[in-house]
Amino acid sequence: MEKTIMDEAAIARSLERISSQIFENNPNIEKLAIVGIRERGDDLAKRILKIVETHCSEKPAFGQVDITLYRDDFRELTDIPVTKGSEFRFNPKDMVIILVDDVLYTGRTVRSAIDVILDFGRPRSIQLAVLIDRGGRELPICPDYVGMSVQLRIDEYVRVLTAETDGMDQVLLRLRKK
Amino acid sequence: MTFEHESLIGLREISADEIMFLLDEAKAFRNILEREIKKVPTLRWLTVVNLFYEPSTRTRISFELAEKRLSADVVNFSISGSSVSKGESLRDTINNILAMKVDMVVVRHSSVGAAYYIARECGVPVINAGDGTNEHPTQALLDLFTISQRFGYFRGLRVVIVGDIRHSRVARSDIWGLKKLGASVAICGPRTLLPQNCDVFGVDVYTDLEEALSGANVVNVLRLQFERQKAGYIPSIREYRMKWGLTSERVAFLDPDHAIMHPGPMNRGVEIDPDVADSEESVILPQVTNGVAVRMAVLFTLASKIKK
Repeated sequence: MEKTIMDEAAIARSLERISSQIFENNPNIEKLAIVGIRERGDDLAKRILKIVETHCSEKPAFGQVDITLYRDDFRELTDIPVTKGSEFRFNPKDMVIILVDDVLYTGRTVRSAIDVILDFGRPRSIQLAVLIDRGGRELPICPDYVGMSVQLRIDEYVRVLTAETDGMDQVLLRLRKK
Repeated sequence: MTFEHESLIGLREISADEIMFLLDEAKAFRNILEREIKKVPTLRWLTVVNLFYEPSTRTRISFELAEKRLSADVVNFSISGSSVSKGESLRDTINNILAMKVDMVVVRHSSVGAAYYIARECGVPVINAGDGTNEHPTQALLDLFTISQRFGYFRGLRVVIVGDIRHSRVARSDIWGLKKLGASVAICGPRTLLPQNCDVFGVDVYTDLEEALSGANVVNVLRLQFERQKAGYIPSIREYRMKWGLTSERVAFLDPDHAIMHPGPMNRGVEIDPDVADSEESVILPQVTNGVAVRMAVLFTLASKIKK
């Protein structure tokens, strides 16, 4: 059974709040970059980029990270992974990077994404923004900006849908069968 | 869309979808080559042997770079000074290497079917880096990648392959690949250097170069091996250049929207003139760069199919 825990309006509010926290903490927009993790993290990153631009009349740099080639579970995958590639339209050197993902769970994806960024250059710092933190970390990784926190069990599952990828904005929660 | 095979023996055996899958993957790897750190950690667990029973510089270097960019361990093996000159069989050589826990084999051999034989007999993923006059699939994939980069489509493109088609594994792989993706293919060369039975390929056959080039979008000029003259296939290198050399006068017969390709190494002034090879329409050096990217895509795809 799935239930909606965030609708379009709630997601929009969360992103608005995350974005304002981001530009309050990092007033030097010139040195700011928003980098999304594919898939869906990049959709959210683009929206944050837009909100920051509207409020600060300056546009941070943008990037997309594909972690396929940096996964630590490559040998456990059953399908051939499809590599979409990472794209940076800026040099990360001396930048403050806001890494954006939809769901934070074990922290392994974020670990891989940090490695991807470091292979493009050495940023000043990396901060982490996520729409949902569902708990269950397996690595010492902690988000700086969180849309919503929920503590889920290992057999529960949260799914973010975005208008860009799925045709609608929604966060769905699948609870354990009773 | 996915890749069904455990090995890459030739383009004849794989589907259009599988070819497109590899070309799509290659795009991501091509971008990695533009980065400051041109290396990803994905195949740290893999060991590859490059077995070259025939001399090769660029293909071997290209494979070695592709393997290293993916963080795989690489062992190079070439014929001179090896156990092969002591009379060891191909199967024994491979099994000895595999006994040292190698995961994948890249092989070039003068015999048709060598790559297939190794895959079948030794149960290891094999990438064919050229088997006799049969196939050279990664060269064709890099040609296809370069064409798609330049034009963005295959259907309706006219591609002419010029030169020693008879002995060319590059031509064969190119033909299988291009036909599967919907391009129309013509071959052109001296009658003695065309295959005896061209029908199996489903291509247009020309001996007159200007006729073949008329309105074509891509011309792929093959290297002329000088040994062919000694073997009596052509009267002289000079005559070959006169009739089948790609000069700027002949380039004028092509469609205005065209690209010039050569698998290398070039004999400038024989099969291709220097001003043509260095012209704006030439994609000969991009072909070389793309070669590393498509080989990365093939290595990555086959590695991800290795059973744990």
